[in-house]
Amino acid sequence: MKEPKQMSVSAIESGTVIDHVPAKNLFKVIQILGLDRIDSQITFGTNLESKKLGRKAIIKISGKFFEDADINRIALVAPDAKLNIIRGYEVVEKKVVEVPDTIIGIAKCMNPKCITNFEQVITRFRVVSKKNVALKCHYCEKITTQENLQII
Amino acid sequence: MLWQFLSNFDNSSIYSSQCANRMKNRSLVSIDDFSTEEMIEILDLTEEFEKQPVRKLLEGKVIATLFFEPSTRTRLSFESAINRLGGKIVGFSDSSTSSVSKGETLHDTIKMVSSYSDLIVIRHPMEGSARFASEIASVPVINAGDGANQHPTQTMLDLYSIRKTQGTLKDLNIFMVGDLKYGRTVHSLMMAMSRWNATFNFIAPEELKMPDEFKLYLENMGLKYYEHSDFTDIITKADIIYMTRVQKERFSDPIEYEKVKNVYVLRNSMLKNTKSNMRILHPLPRVNEIHTDVDSNPKAYYFEQALNGVYTRQAILCSLLGIK
Repeated sequence: MKEPKQMSVSAIESGTVIDHVPAKNLFKVIQILGLDRIDSQITFGTNLESKKLGRKAIIKISGKFFEDADINRIALVAPDAKLNIIRGYEVVEKKVVEVPDTIIGIAKCMNPKCITNFEQVITRFRVVSKKNVALKCHYCEKITTQENLQII
Repeated sequence: MLWQFLSNFDNSSIYSSQCANRMKNRSLVSIDDFSTEEMIEILDLTEEFEKQPVRKLLEGKVIATLFFEPSTRTRLSFESAINRLGGKIVGFSDSSTSSVSKGETLHDTIKMVSSYSDLIVIRHPMEGSARFASEIASVPVINAGDGANQHPTQTMLDLYSIRKTQGTLKDLNIFMVGDLKYGRTVHSLMMAMSRWNATFNFIAPEELKMPDEFKLYLENMGLKYYEHSDFTDIITKADIIYMTRVQKERFSDPIEYEKVKNVYVLRNSMLKNTKSNMRILHPLPRVNEIHTDVDSNPKAYYFEQALNGVYTRQAILCSLLGIK
């Protein structure tokens, strides 16, 4: 009988591990961070068991470090994400994401009559509430709430 | 005093003030774009235009009026203001007669028109369109209504009408009646009047009550407001009654509309014990919410209010162009 082939996901030497991503939003995180367009080695696991999230995803990106401003862009879809910064196989820093004050080009305005849903306009929002995320559209001034949030 | 002195001159080079410089080349998209001080300066200037509306301050200027949806009153008011100032108008009153019908984007229309004109007045059914236009245009943009969002020149003319009839904007008791849920004019006016310690009374059917976010705003400002569903003699306390139209299409249940359509109607008999300084405002057009028997009452102010719109727009046009 053949042994099942196993492919182990080894620890990365240096780079970033993003943990506690809600499984359903894994691909949104990939899209927001542009991970589909970089050359780094990336491994991800999804639908992993998590006491807190039910099912979580984890992303390991080798040789890549993010600026805080960049990483905070995922706060809308992965508010509980934790980052481990790895150097020499050691976790040298842990970070949590924080909802930024302005959101540019990520979210869709929920107002069907907003100009951003008709013309090619980069959406812009002011974050009016960080706890239960509420975004005020820079253009139509209407509020988009967490439940209605759609990532472009 | 200064304005009285200045208004004796017609030479535009003499008309310059800090206000003109500060507002020069800015756009007016949302009422919040003006500080309280700037609002007062616009109102003071409006007063000067009321005294002397015909001045050739915009001679040689081309103003574009782009009305992507029809709005007779606002367009005529702007065009009257521009004409009285000696400016020339280019534009359209209906997007079916413009290149929009050929599929041109708002972006491209604004880009093109801003190279033809010194200022753009825009009315567009999409919310946020005026803000977008102001970011593309190389000239100032005035929002003449972007869907249900903002209509700041209406708010300025409402403020002017209130100040003119009451002698002040401070500590007034403002009653708002009718559609307080969807009416953008009441929202903007409420936000603006909250700067002068107003007390608000909201009279509306259950379906069209003032939305919570605005009430929360007043609470945070420490201002008093009262809600009523009956349109009764409570109005005897009012300094200003701001009437709005209850529109049938706002109701999900047509029976509910039938129930309230004749409830929020102001009649002359209701004005008997109202305060002598009280004035009735309405952004117009009205349908039946103010009975025609009110029109001859000296407290009816809505037609003068519409006329004030011309002077207010003259003041705004000149301020944004830095001309006085």
